[in-house]
Amino acid sequence: MAAEPSSHRPSAVGDGTPWWRDRRVVPWIIQAAVGLVVLLAIAFLLGNLVRNLTAAGLLLSWRWLNQPAGFDISESLIPFNAQLPYWRALAAGLVNTIRAVLVGLVGATLLGTLVGMASFSHNGLLKRLARIYVEVVRNIPLLLQLVFWYFVVFLTLPNGAAALQLPGIVLAKSGLYLAGLGEGLRWLGPQLVNGVWQAPIRLTVEFAALLTGLIVYSGAFIAEVVRGGLAAVPKGQWEAASSLGLGWFTTLRHIVLPQSLRVIVPGLNTQYISLAKNSSLAVAVGYTDLYSVAETTLNQTGRAVEVILVLLAAYLSLDLLISLLMNGINHLVQIKER
Amino acid sequence: MQSLIRRLRSELFATPADAVISIALFTILAAAAAGFLHWALRQAEWAVVQVNSTLFAVGRYPIEQQWRLWLLTTLLAAATGATWGMLRAHPRRDRSGQLWPRNDRLAVAVLIAASLWVPFALGLTPAIQLRWWLLTALLVAARWLAGRFGAGLPPALKRLLPIVWPVLYLVGMVLIGGGIGLARVAPAEWGGLLLTLLASSFAILLCLPIGVLLALGRRSDLPLLRWGSVLYIEFIRGAPLITLLFLGQNILGFLLPGGLAPDRVWRAAWVLTFFAAAYLAEAVRSGLAAVPRGQLEAARSLGLSSAQALRLVVLPQALRVALPAMVGQFISLLQDTTLLSLIGLLDLLGVARSVMANPAFLGKNAEVYLTLAILFWCCCAALGLGSRALERRLDPHAVPSRV
Repeated sequence: MAAEPSSHRPSAVGDGTPWWRDRRVVPWIIQAAVGLVVLLAIAFLLGNLVRNLTAAGLLLSWRWLNQPAGFDISESLIPFNAQLPYWRALAAGLVNTIRAVLVGLVGATLLGTLVGMASFSHNGLLKRLARIYVEVVRNIPLLLQLVFWYFVVFLTLPNGAAALQLPGIVLAKSGLYLAGLGEGLRWLGPQLVNGVWQAPIRLTVEFAALLTGLIVYSGAFIAEVVRGGLAAVPKGQWEAASSLGLGWFTTLRHIVLPQSLRVIVPGLNTQYISLAKNSSLAVAVGYTDLYSVAETTLNQTGRAVEVILVLLAAYLSLDLLISLLMNGINHLVQIKER
Repeated sequence: MQSLIRRLRSELFATPADAVISIALFTILAAAAAGFLHWALRQAEWAVVQVNSTLFAVGRYPIEQQWRLWLLTTLLAAATGATWGMLRAHPRRDRSGQLWPRNDRLAVAVLIAASLWVPFALGLTPAIQLRWWLLTALLVAARWLAGRFGAGLPPALKRLLPIVWPVLYLVGMVLIGGGIGLARVAPAEWGGLLLTLLASSFAILLCLPIGVLLALGRRSDLPLLRWGSVLYIEFIRGAPLITLLFLGQNILGFLLPGGLAPDRVWRAAWVLTFFAAAYLAEAVRSGLAAVPRGQLEAARSLGLSSAQALRLVVLPQALRVALPAMVGQFISLLQDTTLLSLIGLLDLLGVARSVMANPAFLGKNAEVYLTLAILFWCCCAALGLGSRALERRLDPHAVPSRV
């Protein structure tokens, strides 16, 4: 049967279709109407903003960034003191955020991968424990977990000789002491000197509580991503490896995990971005991250609009950076086909 | 007994390495459980939860107006029981149609046990304990009545059932906030579980239509709508919720003409709504993508208009696919309400922080946070269970259930 030119479309204006039912006109009318409404709303809001800010004497300006901050930051990787300007304070906050996010990413990935692998173990107890961990952690708000780690666990640790001592790690109320390379590149563990712990690496309890909370929380979500990825690998791969004489761990490490990465990596991207955003809850445990510095800055200067713009720009760029990185990794792990 | 031993052996002691892992894990677990029980039963002082139970439930809601909340709870219990019973009274053609499936009996047992134990453990006065028993009895009775006689109701009455919940929501808002002859209770006086549930239910209800519109906008052929939706969704999803709440508290006042900006509690509720809408839009979008294009074309060729095809054919299928992801978003929304405590509102966590600032309860963090964690865990797990039950019910390919 010869195909006839399709005639069900209302077409050219000449055939008697009124313009308000013309397929080529209506979409543009809808878009123009929506666009107009949105533009009017934005104009209305911005007009109010300018009027109200002018009335309050807070019209957009960035000069306050160069004024001395006047508050101190308890821990900072870049040198900071109260005489330095606001922009230095915000930069120190950003560096603290990035530090928490980076360590958190590594820790959560390790924990999540281990737990995700454990849910494929032969051992019934291990498998169920992995399940229970995920179900418990995912159904309790992160903020609640963070304050729990900080107030209930880390702030109740004893100090001095009574501190909790594990090989290479000492947990005390004054901080977390880790073994590392000390002076002269010698491996050094934590030592008690005159009742005070000293070690190459010391984390404040605030940072430790934030990290523990973020890692335990994100670890549960990453475990689910890893479990889903491993489940996506056909069962025949396990059986084939097993019939070649490979053990459980070798099979997982060399056969299943590499194949599951192309399913896992996109899921990890989402989890990494939410970890970066969740790091802003640091303010609840007294760790001076970007948000916490921004809040103090706003309280002192009243520059709400500028501070919000800085915050949004910083977090959006952080997310974008993670996404770009993960897209690169995703490209690497995709199966290359001809 | 034989099979139990065989199962234990294959699950826990299959290889020597497995045996070592099992024994080590079991020892650690037993020690942890013993330590926890010792703390919970001997050392913990639960008085901080008992004394402040009203504060945790409703915050600083005026005591002489609390009868309104009791009335609302009564209405909710009756409506829940009736809806539950009606669902069982109208089994779809391919369901077993049992009046009391096993899961329902289990739920009722848990409910009764909780209504007996929780008010007792909280040390409530006998009069208030009795109220909770009566509420539970009402719920179970409504469930029984609706299940027994629901099928025989006239169809006109049955069609009214879905309207009960929106009406009840409006009645609830009036009962809580006042108006129409009731004394006003300002939002600043709402707190605790009341504020947590109110803020999350408000955001869940309103983010649904906004999210669906955004998802449709993102899949639209019209470039302006598409790019507008993409911009909104990606912007909101890129920013941490706390910065958006911060924006709502500090900038909304500048954006609206004087006096129009809502109260602090409502600002936060609206921010939660618009925040959740962006995430919900992504869940709905994945559902829309799962509906084959042929469905729309078939509906159109049957003579349905675009809007009808969307409403009657595409959306029902898309929302069913998106349901698990959507409920996942609702669960995280419920958890996200804890962030209200960071902007100075008295939600559950906010109340907890203010209680612990009281010198009388200093250092009672563990008791309070543990109670909150259990409460949140139960709410979130219940939402998850409900979602799974709904999924099974809506699944067109499900085999008749025998539970």
